[in-house]
Amino acid sequence: MKGKINLSMKARRDIVGYIFVLPALLCFVIFVLIPLILSLILSFYKTDMFFMDMEAVGFANFGRVFRDTLFWRSIGNILLYTLMAVPMNVILSLVLAALVNSKIRGSKVFRLLFYLPSITSTVAASIVWLWLMNPAYGLLNEILNAFGLPDATWLSHSKTALVSVTLITVWQGVGGNMIIFVAALQNVPQQLYEAAKLDGAGVFTMFFRITIPMLMPTMYFILTMTLIGAFQLYDQVYVLTSGGPANATLTPVYLIWQNSFGENAGAQAGYAAAQSFILFLIIMAVTIVIRRFDRDSAKGGK
Amino acid sequence: MKSLFKINPKLDPAGWDRKKRIMREVFSKAALYLVLVIMAIIMCLPFYWSIITAIRVNDEIYSLPVTLFPSKFTLEHFRRVFNEIPFFRMLLNSLITTGVGVFTNLFFGSLAAYAFSKIRFRGHKIIFNILLSSMMIPGVITLIPTFFVLLRFPLAGGNNFVGQGGIGFYDNLAAVILPGAIGVYGIFFMRQFFVSLPDDLAESARIDGAGEFRIYFKIYLPLVLPGLLTLGIFTFQSGWNNFMWPNIVLQSPENQLLTMAFKAFQNSRNTDFGPLMALSIMMAIPVLILFVCMQKYFVQGVALGGVKE
Repeated sequence: MKGKINLSMKARRDIVGYIFVLPALLCFVIFVLIPLILSLILSFYKTDMFFMDMEAVGFANFGRVFRDTLFWRSIGNILLYTLMAVPMNVILSLVLAALVNSKIRGSKVFRLLFYLPSITSTVAASIVWLWLMNPAYGLLNEILNAFGLPDATWLSHSKTALVSVTLITVWQGVGGNMIIFVAALQNVPQQLYEAAKLDGAGVFTMFFRITIPMLMPTMYFILTMTLIGAFQLYDQVYVLTSGGPANATLTPVYLIWQNSFGENAGAQAGYAAAQSFILFLIIMAVTIVIRRFDRDSAKGGK
Repeated sequence: MKSLFKINPKLDPAGWDRKKRIMREVFSKAALYLVLVIMAIIMCLPFYWSIITAIRVNDEIYSLPVTLFPSKFTLEHFRRVFNEIPFFRMLLNSLITTGVGVFTNLFFGSLAAYAFSKIRFRGHKIIFNILLSSMMIPGVITLIPTFFVLLRFPLAGGNNFVGQGGIGFYDNLAAVILPGAIGVYGIFFMRQFFVSLPDDLAESARIDGAGEFRIYFKIYLPLVLPGLLTLGIFTFQSGWNNFMWPNIVLQSPENQLLTMAFKAFQNSRNTDFGPLMALSIMMAIPVLILFVCMQKYFVQGVALGGVKE
């Protein structure tokens, strides 16, 4: 008798649980699961974004991705961008975190100022940087001139455009990561530093022997998140360069967007879907490699 | 201080050491401040320059040499923003999409998170893991199909019940709100807060005959308030900055969001930096107000996001 009541109560709780997660599940099914399946179907067809005149092409879209020099140019760009932006971002945010974490007057104000760029929208910030980097009337060239340096080409030349975009995203990204590092720094036991000081360790020794090892888990978290974000660069490219000049800042997401909704989209929807799956695989591969490093270093640390 | 400089290292080695130590401390502190100030100038320069550009006349914006301060003050650029685009309509659209998004994410997200962590219904682990793994998928994969789903949404925008005949949610704010209404990240984030709370609270309330929704709403929700506020800030920020997707699904100017407003002043022929700077300042103001009011949660939240992983 007792067992029966418990069972029915359990069943009732199950139902309540399902009702509670139902809205979230509906949202997931309609806007993630179904689109994902549709996208997979799409990648095997030649069709437009309205799924009209569908023509099955087998793996032809994927084959085309591998032969598409523009796609691999964009992958090359994003890898180069990632190699520049992610280390710059992580190192700079770590240094800033260490600086504002020192017990000096006004450190809170500096922390705030460094965080300010992170709360502005990428679109608004990009517009301002477009103006700062203006070749004719930009402030940055004026500052360079004031130091006796010649004008830089910034976004307007294929050799400097990607570096310029990198500087902008790093400017906007370091604040958030700095805050995460500050929180992690405050979790490092102070006794470690005191013991090291007694042993006569200097500031730099303590930074590299205590701070860095203790921050490794946070470092990997930030590395992974920054990396995944970097691979999806789009807003800045849209506002700053439209992928130019000469495709120097063309990113995979921007290219896929162009093939899906851009002016020349046409019947490229299936092809764009194939491109996005290849991009997904590349992101996954990179993330798995980082995870592997993370696990190895965790083992090594023990 | 004076006596410090008159120490003879041979007669008073202890005093000499002290002097060296103090000098080194003063020097390192000065260097630290110098680095901090230079960094602060670099980080804040764009803010300064956007304000200066927004309030100076066009003749001065496009003249050489560039001057650091405006000689004449004008509100012309702000006036142009108000006159040439439906600014307040776009502001309202941004506030609506962001506000609804914050509400649905907090309410339904925490409701699901509660169920996953405290009701533990049959299959909760599998369902949660499926949701979690979907966070790995880059949004660009579902771009076209999501557009298609919204366009062919049954009974919306003149569509019949199989989704034919109309334009669905195209050029409708719902097209921005619905896909992001209940984010998986929010569920994941809130679940961590519920997990850290004891189960006894729910158990004893259940024995007292309280309903599950009541337990969630009256007992647990107040306890996870800091988490809710943090998630609210995250959701607000991402909603407010949302650009790619609205730019795809919203067509007419009076349905557009503030992040899309810049396109009116930037085209292939010329870029109008005066109004653009005025616009970017006005876009930053709501977030800045929110930031000033809830600074503690901003900082805590970002930190939490990193440490709790």
